[in-house]
Amino acid sequence: MCKKEGLVLHEKDNVGTALNDLTAGSKIPVTKNQTITLTEDIPYGFKFSLHDIARGEAIIKYGEAIGQAKDSIKAGSLVHIHNTEGQRARGDL
Amino acid sequence: MIFNGFKRPDQSVGVRNHLLVLPSVVCANDTARLIGQQLQGAVYVTHEHGCGAHYHSSSDQIRRTMIGYGSNPNVGACIVVGLGCETMDAEEIAAGIAKTGKPVAAIVIQKVGGTIKAVSQGVQTGQKMLAELSAQKRQECDLSELIFALECGGSDSNSGISANPALGVASDLLIGEGGSSILSETSEIVGAEHLMAKRAVNKEVADQILEIVHRAEQEGVKQGLDMSNLAPGNREGGLSTVEEKSLGNIHKGGTSPVQEVLEYAFKPSRKGLIIMDTPGYDVESITAMVAGGAQVIAFTTGRGTPVGCPVAPVIKICSNSDTYGKMQDNIDINAGVIIDGLSTVQEVGQQIFQELVDVSNGKLTKAEQLGFGDFSIYRPLT
Repeated sequence: MCKKEGLVLHEKDNVGTALNDLTAGSKIPVTKNQTITLTEDIPYGFKFSLHDIARGEAIIKYGEAIGQAKDSIKAGSLVHIHNTEGQRARGDL
Repeated sequence: MIFNGFKRPDQSVGVRNHLLVLPSVVCANDTARLIGQQLQGAVYVTHEHGCGAHYHSSSDQIRRTMIGYGSNPNVGACIVVGLGCETMDAEEIAAGIAKTGKPVAAIVIQKVGGTIKAVSQGVQTGQKMLAELSAQKRQECDLSELIFALECGGSDSNSGISANPALGVASDLLIGEGGSSILSETSEIVGAEHLMAKRAVNKEVADQILEIVHRAEQEGVKQGLDMSNLAPGNREGGLSTVEEKSLGNIHKGGTSPVQEVLEYAFKPSRKGLIIMDTPGYDVESITAMVAGGAQVIAFTTGRGTPVGCPVAPVIKICSNSDTYGKMQDNIDINAGVIIDGLSTVQEVGQQIFQELVDVSNGKLTKAEQLGFGDFSIYRPLT
């Protein structure tokens, strides 16, 4: 076994998790057949998009929706609170 | 599977043999502290509750938690200290604990005539209790007697990949031995309740899971709490939404069916995986599970935490090797080796299970070595 750079937890997921500090431009193998080129630095533990995600589309991790895209997100971008919002326990929805 | 524990008169089994000094009211805190400090090996707690008229649900919850805490099988004997004019009557709390058959005493400051007399009486009573407790020996007990409390705090995005799934493996192993685990913190099931409901043993339990999550969500919104906005440490650890945190959190419960849903600090009536409705505050949640009879706590963390429990060992499991490297004095097991590619979820799960057995046999956890004993009762607002 060796340390992976990125981890995809479920086949339905549209985000992967960085298992290292990853730098913009790196090509990260995410599945047997897919490699993602990062458009920006992804800090350890943070998420990056596996393909383009449209505004309003669900962000999927563990095979389940963890929130929605607030903006369109290009493949290989950081997915976090600046472009993702939860749909639960808010009181405004 | 067998371990060596302390058999109690009510047939429950402890993994520790503590003398607990418990104030029934905030005004008795210092008196309880003085009694506890004089007695070698005793533990004492302090809290802010017990005085005047509470809402009914609130006073029921505080009373139930105090009686449950003193009744925990890790407590071999208990001294309840009251002032005398409070709602949380020390003699009533003591009588509730005494139903377990263990030695219990109540000392009421106004009745005995001041704190010096109360401390004196408490220390004399405690000395006799300690003599009795120290003569008790561990005996062979079955692992099925154990209730494992599953807690997490200071989660990061590794928690759902390493520490929580590994704890889930350990929880399933204990349940396979006939034991029980309690999954808590309802606000951290928000967004994952449909998955837990699918694992309920029947529709009634499934509906209860959905109901407590709905209630926590509504209550949070009513109080103006934005639960969707995670703690700063969670966000800095890479978690973006409460749904993401919850989906990682529920891995602690492994894959076992959910047998029962309990309100705060109630005792399970069934074996296996239980969900207890507690707030997402670590110490209030642990206190409730211990009041429900949990003898050992497993606590997964990404950011690191020193939290301990006065009467029960807390096994700290870290999700990543960075935090483990920095906080080894507080953390027992490094599940970060899963992220590092050095071990598997299954292997670390086995390691946690073995640690549960060792700790139940008497091995001290890091929080115990350092004497950490946090205690807090959650008081509902209505």
